[in-house]
Amino acid sequence: MRQQLTLDGNRALLARANPLSKFAAVVLITAVLALSIDWVSASVALVFELILFPLAGLTVSLLWQRGWPLILAAAIGGWSTSILAPDSGRILLDAGIWTMSEGSLQLGIGFLLRGFAIALPAVLLMSCTDPTDLADALAQKARLPHRFVLGTLAAMRLVGLMAEEWQTIGMARRARGVGSRGNVVQRVKATLGQSFGLLVQAIRRASRLAVTMEARGFGGGQRTWARESTFSVLDLWVVGGGVLIAGCALGAALAAGRWNMVWLGS
Amino acid sequence: MAPSQDAAGGVRPAAVTARGWGWRHAGRAKPAVHALDLDIRPGERVLLLGPSGAGKSTLLHALAGVLGDINDDGEAGDADESGSLLVDGAPPRERRGRSGLMQQDPETQVVLSRVGDDVAFGAENLAVPRDAIWARVHEALADVGLSHLPLDHPTSALSGGQKQRLALAGILAMRPGLILLDEPTANLDPDGVLEVRDAVARCLDKTGATLVVVEHRVSVWKDLVDRIVVLQPGSASDPAVLLDGPPDRVLGEARAMLTAAGVWVPGYVPATRRRSGIPAAVTGNLLLAAEDLAVSRERPRRKGFRKIPPVPVQEGVAAQVRAGQALAVTGPNGAGKSTFALTLAGLLEPVSGKVSAAVDLSRGAGIDPYAWKAEQLISRVGTVFQEPEHQFVTGKVLDELLFGPRHLGRGEDRVEELLERLRLTQLVDANPYTLSGGEKRRLSVATVLAASPQVLVLDEPTFGQDANTWAELASFLSELLDAGTAVVSVTHDAEFTRALGGAELRMAATEPVAP
Repeated sequence: MRQQLTLDGNRALLARANPLSKFAAVVLITAVLALSIDWVSASVALVFELILFPLAGLTVSLLWQRGWPLILAAAIGGWSTSILAPDSGRILLDAGIWTMSEGSLQLGIGFLLRGFAIALPAVLLMSCTDPTDLADALAQKARLPHRFVLGTLAAMRLVGLMAEEWQTIGMARRARGVGSRGNVVQRVKATLGQSFGLLVQAIRRASRLAVTMEARGFGGGQRTWARESTFSVLDLWVVGGGVLIAGCALGAALAAGRWNMVWLGS
Repeated sequence: MAPSQDAAGGVRPAAVTARGWGWRHAGRAKPAVHALDLDIRPGERVLLLGPSGAGKSTLLHALAGVLGDINDDGEAGDADESGSLLVDGAPPRERRGRSGLMQQDPETQVVLSRVGDDVAFGAENLAVPRDAIWARVHEALADVGLSHLPLDHPTSALSGGQKQRLALAGILAMRPGLILLDEPTANLDPDGVLEVRDAVARCLDKTGATLVVVEHRVSVWKDLVDRIVVLQPGSASDPAVLLDGPPDRVLGEARAMLTAAGVWVPGYVPATRRRSGIPAAVTGNLLLAAEDLAVSRERPRRKGFRKIPPVPVQEGVAAQVRAGQALAVTGPNGAGKSTFALTLAGLLEPVSGKVSAAVDLSRGAGIDPYAWKAEQLISRVGTVFQEPEHQFVTGKVLDELLFGPRHLGRGEDRVEELLERLRLTQLVDANPYTLSGGEKRRLSVATVLAASPQVLVLDEPTFGQDANTWAELASFLSELLDAGTAVVSVTHDAEFTRALGGAELRMAATEPVAP
């Protein structure tokens, strides 16, 4: 958990690009995909994204480790769409209230692919972007207030600590006779109590951290930046790549006559 | 160039002046510090001593300009300030960067996730130009002995002592004239303590900065400071400074008073109760045994349908816990001592090997402590965690103590006795979180014992404790041992191990520890 907040020495090409340009590219691609629920634009984008994977230093197992909740959500979304969407065309599966037809299956696959295609850029972005670099870019290039950006960054480091603390508090409470095993009610009660314990510790830690930061002069008006957030030629490529992927996805869907704006109905 | 630097690029030591200074925290009736008169000359090194409640930390926070309850207009909220406290002739709040503060908890002394960035943080806030920052970062890391680490080394991978040295480097990079240390080594093992102390000494010799340090363990800092100031709790009639002078003189004059206040004066080991030598009827009976045990805090990972066991921090451990006998688990940091103890106590699942409860302990609950229900566990094996707050489950001291017995459907007679014995009677209505460090420790031991376990496991019970709490704890445990309870303690404290006697299980480091 704690290691996941850093890049584990990821030296891939995309890790060297400015977080803001990567962010812009991701927003572009996601925006196009969010507009339509056809399977053509989603597949085109997905193919491009898979090609980009090695550039972000990702492997399939790393992808699963970091993005499994998103991938799972996309799969469930696709499955439920294919059985619940209004039927059209030949019926493929009929199980009482659940029916899957050619039309609903197509919609479901479109949904699944689109889910993947939208989730992957986010996973890609997170796995090749160091939170510290992101904060630098947000404060120096996007001109967000540095108090807010650095405060959030420091708090994120505590999140990893809290994960360890959660385990310790769980054991400490078992040693007091509060079982986290048993029936559902007992488990919920135990979890609530444990959450309260964690909250208390989180507040203590946060206030001590705040003192540390203040004692290091944090919160004054002017500050300099030890790490300069810069744009390079690579960032042109990143944004250009984003435009290209979004454009290709849109173009292919239009050419195939599958472009299907979400709010216009299917 | 920043104002804290002189023409040579070095550090200009700061002066401290207090005149009738006092501070009352918001919502408190009594002031934390009252009528303090104190002068510290530039470059002086001062050790602040005094009983808990004497306002040592409050003074340090005030000098660092971070004393709480200040609203956005820079006014103290409900808190009361009186008199004056000046650093170089101005209120500390207006002297940003003139002082650097290190606190006790290493985890919260680190701000950022990469070593170089963390050291640079303070200098950035003081608007030091970029090139100068990196020069300072390299110099500061070298000064604290961490220059072997790459700048992008993750701060989460550092040991406690390394984290505190990193914090010192972050302070040095600000080039402060006043270094403030608030019990900087209380949470560290003996090696970590020396690491940090030596780094501080080197840096002071180099920069000549003024030092104010608060610490219970006088022997650690005695040779480094040239003055000891003893504070006493705020009151209207007495001055805040009780004694002030060169270390040897103050320690000579006030030895009795300081030991009474629980200060660890050099060469002083508090007297503790001796074992009676009369074994209880059950003494020597086997209660718990570990065989070829491998331990880890990580849970097994799942890969597809396969279960991958975690890499153990320690393996092949064998130990026996017997009624009325003490077992001390010792060894360097990272050797898996606590992990072993938690596994032995039925709180972690063994990676391999087994922990088995003998019939005298299991009493029908089964052989594997990890499989016991929580209620079965607490009446057999009690575990006292290093951080007492982790174990508080109610909002009142009395409820804390009654929690175990009520859960077990037992009588409450033992609670009275524990309150009495661990001096908690006056505190029954207090909120556990508001107690002092020593009181929290006593309470956490009492709550676990309220369930009358036959085996007591303690994780670093003496860390950061004053000499009085230390002695009470050691004496109390020796009584328990005499009564037939088995006591397993994970500790770095050789005096404590000696006071309890019994066997020692020494664990070797499993991987080379970075210097």
